[in-house]
Amino acid sequence: MSTFEFPESIKSRPTYGTLEPRRGTHHLFVADAEGAEAIIAIGQNHSDMMLKTHIIYIPKSTGDTYIDKLKALSAKQLYIKPGFKEALSHLRQCLTRAHMGIQIYLTGTENIMGQAMAEAISAGMPHTAIQTEHRGSVARRMQCVHCKGITENVITNPFVCSHCHLNLLVRDHYSRRLAAFQGVCIDAEDPGNIPTPVELYQ
Amino acid sequence: MSIGAETIAVTVTDIVTVNELVTRFKFKRTDGKLLPAFSGGAHIVVEMQHGDQQRRNPYSLMSSPFDLSYYSISIRRDDKGRGGSLFMHQEVGIGDEMTISYPVNVFSLDMRAKKYLMIAGGIGITPFLAQIPQISCLHGHFELHYSVRSSALGSYVGYLTAQYPNNVHTYYSDHKQYLDLDKLLTKQPLGTHLYICGPKGMIEWVCKTAAKYGWPRETVHYEEFLTPRSGKPFQVTLAVSNKTIEVSANQSLLEAMESAGVEAPYLCRGGVCGQCETDVCSSEGHFIHNDHWLNDEQRASGKKMMPCVSRFEGKSLVIDR
Repeated sequence: MSTFEFPESIKSRPTYGTLEPRRGTHHLFVADAEGAEAIIAIGQNHSDMMLKTHIIYIPKSTGDTYIDKLKALSAKQLYIKPGFKEALSHLRQCLTRAHMGIQIYLTGTENIMGQAMAEAISAGMPHTAIQTEHRGSVARRMQCVHCKGITENVITNPFVCSHCHLNLLVRDHYSRRLAAFQGVCIDAEDPGNIPTPVELYQ
Repeated sequence: MSIGAETIAVTVTDIVTVNELVTRFKFKRTDGKLLPAFSGGAHIVVEMQHGDQQRRNPYSLMSSPFDLSYYSISIRRDDKGRGGSLFMHQEVGIGDEMTISYPVNVFSLDMRAKKYLMIAGGIGITPFLAQIPQISCLHGHFELHYSVRSSALGSYVGYLTAQYPNNVHTYYSDHKQYLDLDKLLTKQPLGTHLYICGPKGMIEWVCKTAAKYGWPRETVHYEEFLTPRSGKPFQVTLAVSNKTIEVSANQSLLEAMESAGVEAPYLCRGGVCGQCETDVCSSEGHFIHNDHWLNDEQRASGKKMMPCVSRFEGKSLVIDR
């Protein structure tokens, strides 16, 4: 299993559940990497639902691991894309054409869930009506609060901003709009006093 | 000091017969100042002093939120009701001074919506009459589906269809015209929010159909036109005030407490806002819960009630007021 139990945190930090099929006229899944396992878990038991299901999947480092199993679900549409950027125009098109009654399921890393959720919210879906299930990597998408640059796949705390090179503390303070956590300069008071980076949740 | 909503002294400046059942009242502030700002969907509570009986009924504001020189409400005459609407229709005249509450909104527009789909039945049209100018001013999209009994009883149909010919759809039940709800609710773009106001049966039908097609609960908003219902008289002991009072057939428990000089909290007086929620100390009998606030579990517990609309039948009732 590719699940991880996040420690309890501040209210701003997103929490994730377990996907379950809901009544709806259409179903849209957006997933990356090990998120495929969550889709397969639902799809194998709900073949009728798959007839109305659209899957957008980004394999990342898992390569071909889940592709055959996903294809075997016989979803109405299955789009496999190399990255979120490449999937974005397709996702937006889906949301623009969608009708009320569509159910949205996001699974995989916080990165993909957060970004897909921001798109769904701006298309008019209430964020509380979107289901999420975390699978796979716990790496975070971070925004430097100083230069506003985004650093993807942050796995240590502190880390170096990929834009302005400040040393940033990984905070749990999250922005749904940006789909990113906040990174705040860790040595502003005492420049150069930087704790040794430790892997997140260690 | 009142624990309920703050009040405003107003003068009735116009009374217009809309049709056989509905009359429109226009209020201006007695002191000549502007009325408080409100948003579409808000209601006011009108205090009615009828002999020694005082009633306070909620009515949706239907005038434009952009004109605060006056408020308008439309009241449908209910010959079988508790008498509030009959009092307004028969006893109130132009120039009368009355007391109203500040506006309260428990049916407000979700500004994140991409489109507003409004479903009105009968006098349930009134909150939409204030919401529509608000949406139009913000260049929002809306569609109104309005069911009425007949063209003679279709309040404001003429105004709405003249002003918004492309947005308003009217259904006359005497011509066997009915809304095709299944078709309507499966063709709405993502981001649509549903607003329903009308009789209980209509609200339940629309909510159930929306749930069937997977509309998120957060996108379905409704307001039932609920004034306190009549019932059998009953006796209540108020534990904190140390009083035992009688609630007459045409009075709500909240009104009975107010008549007895006990200030109890309230806001909507229609069983939706939750403000008047009251703990039950002990009871022997059964509750008639008419509210939309308590959940099934709370109702089953027999420990909570909403005195603005709910009643009691039985031997004894003691509440924490």
